[in-house]
Formats: sequence, C-alpha cells, structure tokens
Amino acid sequence: MPLSWALFASFLLAAAGYVVGRSRAFATAGPDVRRLHSRPTYHGASVGLAALLPALAVMAAGSILRVAGVLSDQTGPIIGIVALIAAIAGLGFGVMRIGQQYQARNVVEHMVLGLLMLCSLIAIVTTAGIVLSLVFETGHFFRVYDWKTFFFGTEWTPRFQGNSQLGIVPLLWGTLYVSAIALLVAVPIGLFAAVYMSEYASRRVRGFVKPAIEVLAGIPTIVYGLFALITVGPLLRDYFAQPLGLGNSGTSVLTAGLVMGIMLIPFVSSLSDDIINAVPQSLRDGALGLGSTPSETVRQVVLPAALPGIVGAVLLAASRAIGETMIVVLGAGAAAQMSLNPLEAMTTITVKIVSQLTGDSDFNSPETLVAFALGLTLFLITLALNVVALYIVRKYREQYE
Amino acid sequence: MTDMPLSSSVAAPDRKPASLLEQDARTKARNAAERRFRLYGIAAIAISMIALVVLLATILTGGAGAFRQTYLNIPVELDAAVLDPKGNRDPAEMAKVLTLSYGRVLDAAVEATVARHGIQIEGLSEDDIDNLISKEASAQVRNRVLANPELIGQTVEFDVLTSGRIDGFFKGRVTMESAERDSNTSPQQLQLAQELADRGEIVTRFNWNFLTNADASDQRPEAAGVGVAILGSFYMMLVVLVLAVPIGIAASIYLEEFAPKNRITDIIEVNISNLAAVPSIVFGILGLAAFINFAGLPQSAPIVGGLVLTLMTLPRIIIPTRAALKAVPPSIRDAALGVGASKMQSVFHHVLPLATPGILTGVILGLAQALGETAPLLLIGMVAFIRDHPDGLPGGLFDPASALPVQVYNWTQRSDPAFIERASGAIIVLLIFLLCMNVLAIWLRRKFERRW
Repeated sequence: MPLSWALFASFLLAAAGYVVGRSRAFATAGPDVRRLHSRPTYHGASVGLAALLPALAVMAAGSILRVAGVLSDQTGPIIGIVALIAAIAGLGFGVMRIGQQYQARNVVEHMVLGLLMLCSLIAIVTTAGIVLSLVFETGHFFRVYDWKTFFFGTEWTPRFQGNSQLGIVPLLWGTLYVSAIALLVAVPIGLFAAVYMSEYASRRVRGFVKPAIEVLAGIPTIVYGLFALITVGPLLRDYFAQPLGLGNSGTSVLTAGLVMGIMLIPFVSSLSDDIINAVPQSLRDGALGLGSTPSETVRQVVLPAALPGIVGAVLLAASRAIGETMIVVLGAGAAAQMSLNPLEAMTTITVKIVSQLTGDSDFNSPETLVAFALGLTLFLITLALNVVALYIVRKYREQYE
Repeated sequence: MTDMPLSSSVAAPDRKPASLLEQDARTKARNAAERRFRLYGIAAIAISMIALVVLLATILTGGAGAFRQTYLNIPVELDAAVLDPKGNRDPAEMAKVLTLSYGRVLDAAVEATVARHGIQIEGLSEDDIDNLISKEASAQVRNRVLANPELIGQTVEFDVLTSGRIDGFFKGRVTMESAERDSNTSPQQLQLAQELADRGEIVTRFNWNFLTNADASDQRPEAAGVGVAILGSFYMMLVVLVLAVPIGIAASIYLEEFAPKNRITDIIEVNISNLAAVPSIVFGILGLAAFINFAGLPQSAPIVGGLVLTLMTLPRIIIPTRAALKAVPPSIRDAALGVGASKMQSVFHHVLPLATPGILTGVILGLAQALGETAPLLLIGMVAFIRDHPDGLPGGLFDPASALPVQVYNWTQRSDPAFIERASGAIIVLLIFLLCMNVLAIWLRRKFERRW
C-alpha cells in the first residue's frame, strides 16, 4: 500500500513542520516573544497544515481519478510521490512565511474553518451518493424491465433463467401488513408506558423503568430476529396456527409484527415521553384545579395538546418499521403472497432486497437490478414519512416554546 | 382532585350533604376510570419488562451452551507408516498426507479406547464409534503434527472434539428419544458416550475455541467460533472510530458554532436529520453500488463495512454532539470573547472541553449502534463463508472477514440445530461488548455531567 505509506509520511512531515515552524517563530521573535503577531504554536500549526493539506488533496484527487478509471491502477506510487512533493513544497512555503508580522492565527483559523465546513458537507455527499446510486441502477432496471409490471404486477417469482415476474405489490402488502401489526403493538404500549412514566410514576419507579426500556432500544435487531425465529415463531405455530388450522409455518407476519412491535416500544415511548413533557405544566394544573382526575387530565388535556407530536412519533415509528430488515428476514418468511391470514409467511421489500443482492449475482440481470428499484421505493417511502413527521414534530415543538 | 363531594358539601351546607364515606355513582365511575387508566399504564410497562426479560432469558439460556464444549481424551498412536510414508520427517512431504489418513488413525485410536475400557453395548456399530468424534478432529491432529513433526511414531494424548450430537447430548439438546429419529447419531452411540463420560474420558469444559476459531462448515458446528467475526467487527469499529468520530464532531462544531443561518445550512440540517432515519439497508445498497461496483474495493472486506457504517453512524454522532454543544451556556462563549479570544479559540478552548463528556457519550452510543448493525453488511458480501483469519493491520482491512451480527445471521441459516446454540452464543458475545460500551457511556455521563 504505497498510498498508506505516503499518508503516514505526510503526517510525519506535518508533525515535523509544526516543530520547525514553532522554533522558527521563537527564533524570529528574538528576545521578546510578544513581538510576534501570533503565538508560536499558531506558526507551528500553520506550517504543519501547509504541509498536510496539499498532500491530502493530491491523494484524494488521485484516488478519485483512479476510481473513475482516468488513471490506471499502477499509478499508486506516483500519486504517493507527488503527494510527498506537495507536502514538502507546502512545508517550505509555510516556513518561508514565518515572520514577526505574519498573521499565523488568522490563517490557521481559516484553514480549520474550511476543514470543518468540508466535514459538514459529507452529509450532503452521502445523500447525493444514495440518491445517485439508487436512481442510476433503477434506471438500468427499467431499461431491461417494464416499469408498469414492476409497480402494478401482483406476482413475484424471480427466476434466474429469465422470464421473471417482478411485481412489487405483494412485497408492499407484506411490508405494510407487518408494519401495521408492529404499530398496533408498539403504539398503545409505548404511549401508555410514556403516559404512566411522566404522569404517575414515582421517581424511584421512573429511575428503574426508563433505563430498562432504553435497554430494549439498545438491543441490535439481529437479536430480535433470532428471538422471532427460535421463540416467537414456533410458539405461535404450535399454540395458535396449528390448533386453529391457520397454517403451520414457523415464520409469519404475526411473528415478525409482534417482535418488531416490541422493538418499537422504546422508540415510541421515548419520543412520546419528550412530547408529553413538553406540554406546559400550567395546562395540567388548570385541568386538575377544575377538579378533573389525573386520567381525565391526560385524556382530555395533555393528549390532545400533544397529539400532533404523537402523530409525528407514530409516523417516525412507521418509517422505522417499514425499513426494518433483520426481524423480517428471520421472522416473516420469504414467500411473496397476498393474504389476510396473519399466521402465514409473507415477505417484505427489505427481505427481497437482501435475497436478491446476496450470493453470486450478475449485475446486469433484472433479478439483481430489481433490488435497486426496491431500494429506491423504500427510500422514497421512508423519506416521505420522515419529512412529514419531522415537520410535524418541529412545528409542534415551536408551538410551546 | 377526587374530593369534589367534600368541596361541594362545604360550599353549600344547605344541600343534602353527600357522605364522605359513601361515594355517589358518578364519583365511583370516575375513580374506577382513574384506576383502569393507571392499570393500563402499569400493564404497558409490565409487558415491556416481561418482553425484555423473556428476550434476554431465551438468548442467555440458549447461548450458554456455546461456551462449553465436550472433548474426548484419547491416546493416539501416530503411525509413522501412514503419516510420513517417506520416513524423512520433511514438513513439505508430510503436508501432502491428507486429513483423511489422519481420520483413519483417529478412528483406530477411538476404537482402541472403547476396547480398552471393555465397553459392550448391544447394537453398537463401528460407525457409531468412529462418529463419536468430530470431523474436525483429524484436522486438529494434523495441524498439531505438522507443527511438531517429532510427535510421529509416538503415542500422544489428544483432547479431540466430539461430534456435535454428542456435545448436544451432554448439554441436554440431544436426548435418547431424538437420537432414535436422527440419522447422524443413535441411542447406542449416546450410551457409549455416557459410558466414556462415566470413566472420565469425555469431559465438558469451557470453550475458549469458540472465541478464537473461525466459522466451520455445515457438518461440524462443534468447531465453529466467532474469532474471525470478532476481528472483523473490531476492524470495522476502528474504521468508524477513525473516520466517523472526527468528521462527525467537526461537522457538528461547524453547524452549531460557525454556520451562518442561511439556506445551505438549513438544507444540511434537514438532510442530517433525514439521513439518521434512512433505513440501514439503504446504506448497504449505497455501499454495494459506490464502494464495490464503482470504486472496486473487495467484497466482504472490513474497510467497506467500516465505510458503510461510517456513513450510517455520522448523523447519529452529529445529532447528540450538537445537543452537547448546545447545552454549554452562551455565557461561557461570551466570557471567552470578552477577554479577547477569537471565535475559534472560544470554541476550541472553552466550549469543546466543557461539551466533551456529552460528546463522548453520544459517540460511544453511536459506535454501539454501528457494532450491532447487520443489514447493510449482508449486502456487501460479509455473509460469505470465511475460514481464515484476516491479517494484521492495515492489510487486514482488505481481507475478507465476517462481523459478529452477520455471523449470527449466517448461523441461523444452517440446518443443524447446534448452530442455533452457536448463534445465541455469538449474540451473548455481542451483548457483552454492547453492555461494556453502554456502561462506559453511562459512567461518563454520571461522572462528568454538569447542569448549568
């Protein structure tokens, strides 16, 4: 890895530049260090940054060109050497600039500000990357597959010999079904837990229950997935599906929905907790002063006041449920079908993205490319939910501030 | 609150006073509603607590077995004629001897041990005896012999792995009844194992290999371990630590302290809060399209996983970091500016140090989330079956590796139920790591938190 050596060397050069710059600054200051415009450390930092930044820029540009295919793969050492030359040149330039009147602090602060700005742009770059990669590959997909069949087809039977039916409708149905069950579990439980904790619970109970619910939030989804697979799935099959004659599949919509509901409880409860706590105490005091019981206060004053925020929280939870992967991969099954029976295995968009993109796949077949179209659909659905939810929550917060 | 009858009786003494001891129907109904409402809240909390306890209990009981492993202690006669046919002890020549030959040597050793103890079991076939030990055992012996050629010709005591079914028998997963229906074992074999255990030849003890071994193929769950997965996860966390933490903190400082309030910063802010809510699997698609197909980085490599997790973790680090910076009161900034510090100095010398505990807490929680993330890693090829440990740093970043949560997923897809035990065991390892990180975060928060 010549580039990593060049990177290492430029960091060393930058460190050396710092030391040299600092001692040069002391030297130019003469007997009284106060004659310098900036403190010697700033002179050192300016030399160090002058050495490091050009080298990093060269290496970044070189890597991008290499990835884009403009430069061949063998150019690694050349890029490294060019980067080192840039670092040495920067170092020399930096040292030359040192003088009593040189405003090192302002220069360093500008460079640091530029770096900070650059870092904050990475979020934009990420979003752009997501959108571009999804749109680009989806475009590929629609060139080899009819978009009408994709959006309105009710059959999902990918065959790697070709002639697949790739309709999104059954996947969408499974996704919405699982999410609906999950929300049916999570919203009432999460909401009641939040209400109880903010309006009734004593300090001690709160101090114990709140962290415990946060533990649920900290458990990785693969753990919930395994729980669905080895505990909840067989349980539902043996005690509900088989006795009721509703199927005998270990994986089912209900399994995934229940477990996902448990996963979402902390999410709903902590969001609603914030929102309920944001309702001004004066509203509660007013209601209680008029003689209503605490539960009447909650139902008729606090909850209506918090309603927009709670709707936002539910939408955020819905977006989480739709995008959740591991629980449905392990709990919901892989059969793409549309049925009302919650004890049957169904599948979701995320499951199919995983199954189409794992394993050996040919990146030009519609069976693989469809995953990108599914990804784009998923991204747009969750994005829409998030934008609406964040707008509502923000608007609501402002209302009481 | 519920004392309406009292106040009305005080205010209007002429009216027929409602008794304090007897509630009227309406009050009763309201109080009942109050109690019901309270009960719903308690029920909701109870359900969450029960779910938490059941979840952890199933994983812990299911996975505890992975940390114990059954071994058979046998003297193996390392026959020079089989293992070193040329007789020159040249490692290159000996490496040509296949694992199969070692298997035959081991089979003979197991049979000899059974004969030595004079164990007679009706219906016990030779296959039953040979299959007592794991298919991995011959590789185990071979590696030791190749590392130490002088052993050849001697009789050496080996602790070899027993097969997955025998291991399961001593952990209670396999019973005589289930063995009846199982083509891989038989009640006679289990009886033999029990006899050997009674004589102290078969022992079950702590399984260090589970923490260091690589994954193993479908037929030998007893040899599978999370070593490669731990290493892979560690490398990825390193990448996230090196990239996401400085970039995330720098971005938060800019947005919170320096950014002018204009359209662009507004867009960045909305963008970050939306990115935090983008499903993790979408980041996997991005990683596949951008880092593997476009940039040509290798599949299954921790560097790709680390980059994907970096992008995913960034917004989750930026949001708490900004909150921590916002929590530092403006008076600190004003004081610094007042004594002549530049804006940059006020931030780096005063605001940032005061916000550090909060930032660290957020960063650790963000890393913990990244450690448990599975879905995006599935798409960049980390599900592949990986037998070799990746190299040391930095080259190991480009070697194929697994990750702890992905290893769990991988094992759930295998047919042998012994892998479920391994999967639960891997989750225990994962949860221990997460627990440590969370405890550290909570400790930092408790120790350094300041209220202004």
